[in-house]
Amino acid sequence: MSSDHHGAPAITSSGLKQPYHLVDPSPWPLVGALSGGLTLFGVVIGAHFGNWVPLIVGLLGVLTTMFFWWGDVLKESRAAGVHTPVVRLGLRYGMMFFITSEVMFFVAFFWAFFHFALFPEHVLGVENPTWPPAGTLTFDPFHLPLLNTMILLLSGTTVTWAHHSIIEGKNKEAVLGLVLTVLLGLSFTACQAFEYSEAPFHFAGGGVYPAVFFLATGFHGFHVIIGTLFLLVCTIRAQAGQFTPARHFGFEAAAWYWHFVDVVWLFLFICVYWWGHGVIVGE
Amino acid sequence: MSSYSDAAHDAHGHDHHDHKPGFFVRWFCSTNHKDIGTLYLIFAAIGGLTGGVLSIIMRAQLAAPGSHIVSSGQAWNALVTSHGLLMIFFSVMPALIGGFGNWFVPIMIGAPDMAFPRLNNISFWLLVPAYALIMAGQFVGDGAGPGWTLYPPLSNATYQSGPAMDFVLFALHLAGISSLLGAINFITTIFNMRAPGMTLHKMPLFVWSMLVTAFLLLLAVPVLAGAITMLITDRNFGTAFFEVSGGGDPVLFQHLFWFFGHPEVYIMILPGFGIVSHIISTFSRKPIFGYLGMAYAMVAIGVVGFVVWAHHMFISGMTVDTRAYFMAATMVIAVPTGIKIFSWIATMWGGSIRMEVPMLWAIGFIFLFTVGGVTGVVLSNAGLDETLHNSYYVVAHFHYVLSLGAVFSIFAGFYYWIGKMNGHQYPETLARWHFWMTFIGVNLTFFPMHFLGLAGMPRRYVDYPDAFAGWNQVASYGAYLGGAAFLLFFYICFKTFTSKQHLADNYWGEGATTLEWTLSSPPSFHTFEELPRIR
Repeated sequence: MSSDHHGAPAITSSGLKQPYHLVDPSPWPLVGALSGGLTLFGVVIGAHFGNWVPLIVGLLGVLTTMFFWWGDVLKESRAAGVHTPVVRLGLRYGMMFFITSEVMFFVAFFWAFFHFALFPEHVLGVENPTWPPAGTLTFDPFHLPLLNTMILLLSGTTVTWAHHSIIEGKNKEAVLGLVLTVLLGLSFTACQAFEYSEAPFHFAGGGVYPAVFFLATGFHGFHVIIGTLFLLVCTIRAQAGQFTPARHFGFEAAAWYWHFVDVVWLFLFICVYWWGHGVIVGE
Repeated sequence: MSSYSDAAHDAHGHDHHDHKPGFFVRWFCSTNHKDIGTLYLIFAAIGGLTGGVLSIIMRAQLAAPGSHIVSSGQAWNALVTSHGLLMIFFSVMPALIGGFGNWFVPIMIGAPDMAFPRLNNISFWLLVPAYALIMAGQFVGDGAGPGWTLYPPLSNATYQSGPAMDFVLFALHLAGISSLLGAINFITTIFNMRAPGMTLHKMPLFVWSMLVTAFLLLLAVPVLAGAITMLITDRNFGTAFFEVSGGGDPVLFQHLFWFFGHPEVYIMILPGFGIVSHIISTFSRKPIFGYLGMAYAMVAIGVVGFVVWAHHMFISGMTVDTRAYFMAATMVIAVPTGIKIFSWIATMWGGSIRMEVPMLWAIGFIFLFTVGGVTGVVLSNAGLDETLHNSYYVVAHFHYVLSLGAVFSIFAGFYYWIGKMNGHQYPETLARWHFWMTFIGVNLTFFPMHFLGLAGMPRRYVDYPDAFAGWNQVASYGAYLGGAAFLLFFYICFKTFTSKQHLADNYWGEGATTLEWTLSSPPSFHTFEELPRIR
C-alpha cells in the first residue's frame, strides 16, 4: 500500500482565517429565477395565444433583478475586505467559464451551418447539392460585412487603449477609449440592422439558409448589444473613477466578453458571409 | 440586501456559532451551500416521486395487453417524455450534483462555501419554474410526447401542435441555465477554494467526479440550448432547420442532441462513481485502490464521452465508416470504466468489510452498473444495434445504468451522509428492507426487458401483442415492489428526522477519512471559518 494521502490524511488547522466572500442572503436569485420562468412561459403564451403581457412582466423582473443584483456586486466590490485577491481570482475563473459556455452555444449554430454548407446534399437532395441552396441571393461579403469586421477590429483596439490607460492611471483616456468602443459597438449594431432590413431573404418561411443566417448572426448581434451595455456600464464606472491600476476586473470582464464577441464575428464573416456566399444580391 | 460594511463583515467572520436567518430568508434567499444542497435534495425527492408515479402508471398500463389505463398513443408518449425528463433533470441531477455536490464539495476541499453563493441559489430556484413548465407539458392539451430525445419531426409543429411541447422546450432552457451556472460555480470552487495542502492529486474522488461532471455540463449543455432554440424557432417562427420541406434535416437535430445527450449520461453517473468510491473505501477500511487511476479514469470517460455521440444514431443513415468509428470509440469507454469497476473490487479485496446500509447500495451499484455497462458494449456494436435499437433491450440497458446505477448511488450517498447532514441516523432495519425491496423490485422490472427486447418488443408503444404478456407482467410486479420501496424511503426519512439519536463527528469510524468527518453532525451553519491544512 502506498502511503496514500487517501489513507488518513493528516488534517490540522492552518491558522488562516478563510479569505472568501460569504455573501449575505439575497432575494434576487429567487426573483430572477421566477421572472426568468415567467419570461419563457410568456414566450409560449405570446406565440400560441397572442398575449404578450406575461413576457413583458417577466422581462421587467429579469431586468430589475440584473439591476439590483449586479448593483449589489458593485457595492460589495468597493467594500473593504470582501473582494479579497482570491475572490477576485474566482471572479476571473467564473467569467472565463461563462465565456466558454457561450462559445459552445455558438458551436451549435456553426454546427448547423456546416452541416448544410459542407454537405449540401442534405438540403435539396442529391440532384442539386449547392450551398447556398439554388436561388438564394446572399450579401456581398466585402460590402457591409467587411465594414462591420473593420468596426469590430477597431473597437478591439480602442478597448485595449482603454485598458492600458486604466493600468497607467490615465482615467480620462480610459473613458475616451470606452466611449469610442461603445460608439463602435453601436455602429456595428446599426449596420447590422440596416443589413437585415435589406436582406433578400426572410427568416420565416424562407427555408434553411435564412434560418441559419439569421439565428447565427442574430445571436451574435444580441451578444454585441449585451457587450455594448456591459462596456457602457464600465464607461460610467470609469467616469466615476471606480477603476484603479490595481483593481479593474469589471472592465477586464467586459473586455474579455467584447473580444469573444469579436472572434465569433470573425468566424461568421469568414465562414458564413465569405466562404458561404452564393449569388450576390444586386449583381 | 448587501449592506456591506467592515463592521458587519468582521462580526460575521468572528461568529463561529450558528446564527441562522429567519425561515423565509434562510430557505428562499439562501447563500449557504448546505441549505441550498438541502433544498436540492428535497426537490429531487419531489421530482423522483412525480417521475416515479408516472412509471407506475406506465407499468400498470403494460401489465397486461389491451389495457386502457392510458387513453391514447399521444398520452402514452407524453407519459414517457415527462418520466424521462423528470428523472434526468429533476431528480438524478438535482440529487447528485445540486444536493450532494453542494453539500460536500466545499466541505471536502476545506472551503467555507461555494465560490458564488447567490449564483448557487438561482441555480436551484430556476429548477422550480422549469418543473412547473414540465408539468404544463404533461397536462396542457394532449401533452408533449416526443420522448426525452425531442426528435423532430415528432416534436415539430405538425405532430406536437399545442403549446405543451413549447413548455417542455423552455423548461429545458431553464434547467439548462441552472446546470450551466452550477457548473461554472463548481469548477470555480474546486479550482480556487481548495484549502492549503489540498492539491488536485489529493482531492477526494467525489470532488474529482464533480469537477469532470461540471466540465461536461459546461461544454455540452449550451449545444442542447442551441438545438432546442432552433426547434423552438422551427415550431413557432417559421424557420426550417429540421424541416425537410424547407431544406432542413432532422438528422442535424439528432447530432446536436446527442452531442449533449451522451455527455449527459456521464453527467448523471460520474458523481455516483465518486460517492461509491468513498463508501467502498470507508466500509472496506482501506484507501481506495489506485487513486490516481480512478481520478483519471473519470477524466478519460469525460473526454472520450464527447466523441461517441453518434452511437445513438446508428440507424439514421450514417455511412459504414462513420458507424465503424463511433462503434470503436464507444467500446474504448469500457476501458476506463473497467478500471473503475476493478479498482472498487480491488479496494474491497482484503479489506475488513462492514455491510452497513450504504455499503449494500454501493455493492448493488457496482453489480447492477456492470450489468448495464455490459449491455452497453453489446449495443455499441453497430451491427447488433440494427436489430436492438428502439427495443426494450435499450430500455433495459439504460435503466440498469441509471435507475439501478445512478439511483443506487443516490441512495448510497443518502445513507452514507444523512447522519452527517441532519445529525440523526436512519432506522437500520427499515433501511435494509428498503435496499432489498428496491434491489428485487428494479431487477424484476428491468431484467425481463432484456428478453422482451431480444424478442422484438419495440419501446414507446402503449400496447403490445399477447406474446409479450408474460415478462411484461413480471416487470409490472417488480415496478410495484420498487414503488412500495420508494414510499418506504419517505417513511425512513420521517423516522430519521424525528430520531432522538445524536451522532458523533465520525460515526463510520476509521475508514471515513475525508474532511466532512472532522466536522460535527450536523455541521455548523458556516464551516471552516479557519481553513484546515492537509498534509
